[in-house]
Amino acid sequence: MFIDVAITLLKIAFVFGLVLNIAGILGWAERKQSAVMQDRIGANRADILGLRLFGLFHPIADIVKVITKEDWIPPGGDKFLHTLAPFLALFTALAVFAVIPFGDTLHIAGRDIPLVIADLNVGILFVIAFGSLGIYSVVLAGWSSDNKYSLLGSMRAAAQVISYELALALSVVGVIMAYGSVELDDIARAQGQYVLGIIPYWGVIAQPLGFLIFFAAAMAETKRTPFDLPECESEIIGYFTEYSGFKFLAFWMGEFIEVIAVAGVVTTLYFGGWQVPFIDSQGFFVPGLFTIPLPHLLVVVIQVTAFILKVCFFCWFMLLVRWTLPRFRYDQLMGFGWKFLLPLAFLNVILSGVIFMSFEG
Amino acid sequence: MDKVATLASELHSREMTLHMGPSHPAMHGTIRIFLELDGETVVRSDVNIGYLHRAFEKMCENRTYHQAIIYTDRLNYVSPLINNFGYAMAVEKMFGVEVPERCKYIRVIMSEICRVTDHLTNVGATAMELGAFTAFLYMLKAREWLWQLIEAASGGRGVTPSYVRIGGVKDDLPEGFQGRTLEALRKVREVVREVHGLLTKNRIFVDRTKGVGVITSEEAISYGFTGPCLRSTGVGYDVRKAQPYMVYDRMDFEVPVGTKGDNYDRYLCRMEEMEQSMRIIEQALVALPAGPVKVADNRITFPTKQEVYSNMESLIHHFKLLMYDHGIRPPKGEVYQAVEGANGELGFYLVSDGTDRPYRLRCRGPCFYIMSGLSRMINGGMIADIVPTFGSMNMIGGECDR
Repeated sequence: MFIDVAITLLKIAFVFGLVLNIAGILGWAERKQSAVMQDRIGANRADILGLRLFGLFHPIADIVKVITKEDWIPPGGDKFLHTLAPFLALFTALAVFAVIPFGDTLHIAGRDIPLVIADLNVGILFVIAFGSLGIYSVVLAGWSSDNKYSLLGSMRAAAQVISYELALALSVVGVIMAYGSVELDDIARAQGQYVLGIIPYWGVIAQPLGFLIFFAAAMAETKRTPFDLPECESEIIGYFTEYSGFKFLAFWMGEFIEVIAVAGVVTTLYFGGWQVPFIDSQGFFVPGLFTIPLPHLLVVVIQVTAFILKVCFFCWFMLLVRWTLPRFRYDQLMGFGWKFLLPLAFLNVILSGVIFMSFEG
Repeated sequence: MDKVATLASELHSREMTLHMGPSHPAMHGTIRIFLELDGETVVRSDVNIGYLHRAFEKMCENRTYHQAIIYTDRLNYVSPLINNFGYAMAVEKMFGVEVPERCKYIRVIMSEICRVTDHLTNVGATAMELGAFTAFLYMLKAREWLWQLIEAASGGRGVTPSYVRIGGVKDDLPEGFQGRTLEALRKVREVVREVHGLLTKNRIFVDRTKGVGVITSEEAISYGFTGPCLRSTGVGYDVRKAQPYMVYDRMDFEVPVGTKGDNYDRYLCRMEEMEQSMRIIEQALVALPAGPVKVADNRITFPTKQEVYSNMESLIHHFKLLMYDHGIRPPKGEVYQAVEGANGELGFYLVSDGTDRPYRLRCRGPCFYIMSGLSRMINGGMIADIVPTFGSMNMIGGECDR
């Protein structure tokens, strides 16, 4: 009993340590990525005893800066809600990671340890639910700030997230059909099969259209360009206009954690989760030809590393999009969500149903 | 149905007023827009200008003709040399002197470099206001190369070069200017092509700009629009063609016009004007004649330092031009001189009473007239369209408020 709790705590420490560190590094990566794309040098000033490491100390400098800043609450604002909102943003973004599996079951000292914090049987529904809960932080922030710009931003955010939630949830239906489970661990495991013996049966193979819909809708959920209407720094400045210091950092971190969460969910649903093609618990193999056995621990390490690398790739990809595209207008965003993505998601569900039925039959 | 109607009447709803600016990232501290909003839609708007008013015209009445030059830098501070030349040409017109050929060509080259920097800034800023930050920095990178040219010639960078002197320019072009300019233009063209690739056919950008901030040609004329904002509506009025000055009549260039008068057409007009300006620069560099860059008229231009230190007459002229109540004294009269600024017709109406200071200097800044149409263009649109529309009109506080 005690060991079970200890193992769970260790897993929590591992996942959240990893996520928070990637979030910090994303702050640096975003600056460097934008600098590379814009012919600039980017962050390179912060140093410790002359050591600069390509500006990797900037996240630390940022944190020192925001912690030492004044924590200000607008006089006309609601003190309690104003304080609650940033914590909600962090909490809802982090909670998603509880159900994302980051590796195959680990067999060690006679124990089977599933490499996921909580293997909930509602899995993907939990992810979607917490994605929607995240909107509370934005709405509360805008409402409690006593600022019309913040209010406009939070209204936009609410409308946007509710609209895109539908397409997001519908696109996941296709994945559930393909793998017959809503449990993320099962979905990741099922992606270890092979089509025609050689093509990994990943979500993106089974659900190419569903993947595109999911990715677009999920990017809208993260509220970043081209879907950054709630923020929109050149028009309405954003729902966090009235935030300073650490609370502002909480929103900022929350945004990056959401990016990682989206990357994690996309990886799990559509890119095999922790699966590495042609490596399974037996070792490295070429289908129908030969197998090179690998030690169990090595396989697990390779799979966890593969998962982290896949997540990093999608984080990077989202940075790339962020610095390339202009943003939508409110009505265009709504039109895109309701008139294009949603019908497409319905179509995807119907098509998937027909195809899977005919294959089974 | 009845229930809905009663509910609607019970729920008290009214328009939200919102003050946009002057402390707003897109208003640059130079403008305030009162908005009445129905949700995201602008019902009414009221544009307030004047936050950068510094009494340019009145200041000029209390400065000598030479001292006013540095104030003209600060009119349209994104293309200061065009203002410089416009003002100097007004004073020269008053004297009835003709500047040397080489000076005219240099002025054309420098004006067009400034026009390109202005359009680069504007197109980049409009893109940035739509969230395309990368395009903005590409444009600024290109602007920097052109600023280096201006710096090489005048010693000042983009904002305050003060390159002009009444009756000429400060100095001749530096060595190797032609080669450096051609190289810079090659690189700028590359950047403009890149930005074309990023924006012109970008679905999001086109959706955000097409049909937004529309104004018809009749309305534009009635408001007094000039420059790219007028040309985007289909009226091909350009001072360089309509009343050619300097040597524009010898240059081969087109005046691009739009059709709809929306943000997209303004964007395309500016993009094409940059290409045309670069063509003018290339032609002028080829045709650039040798010779002096200032008129040889002791009433107007300073003698060189060498002459001042070695020649009694020159020393006297030098002092006469600098001394209180002496200086440059154009004959009594009134002139109006217009140049094609980056935003449109930039006019200087000068009244001289024969003293060393202008009796009255009236500046017709194109932005003032363009801003009068802004309210009309944003009403009925969305909040999100205010900023790009405002950006694409290229309001420059220094020129609008003076």
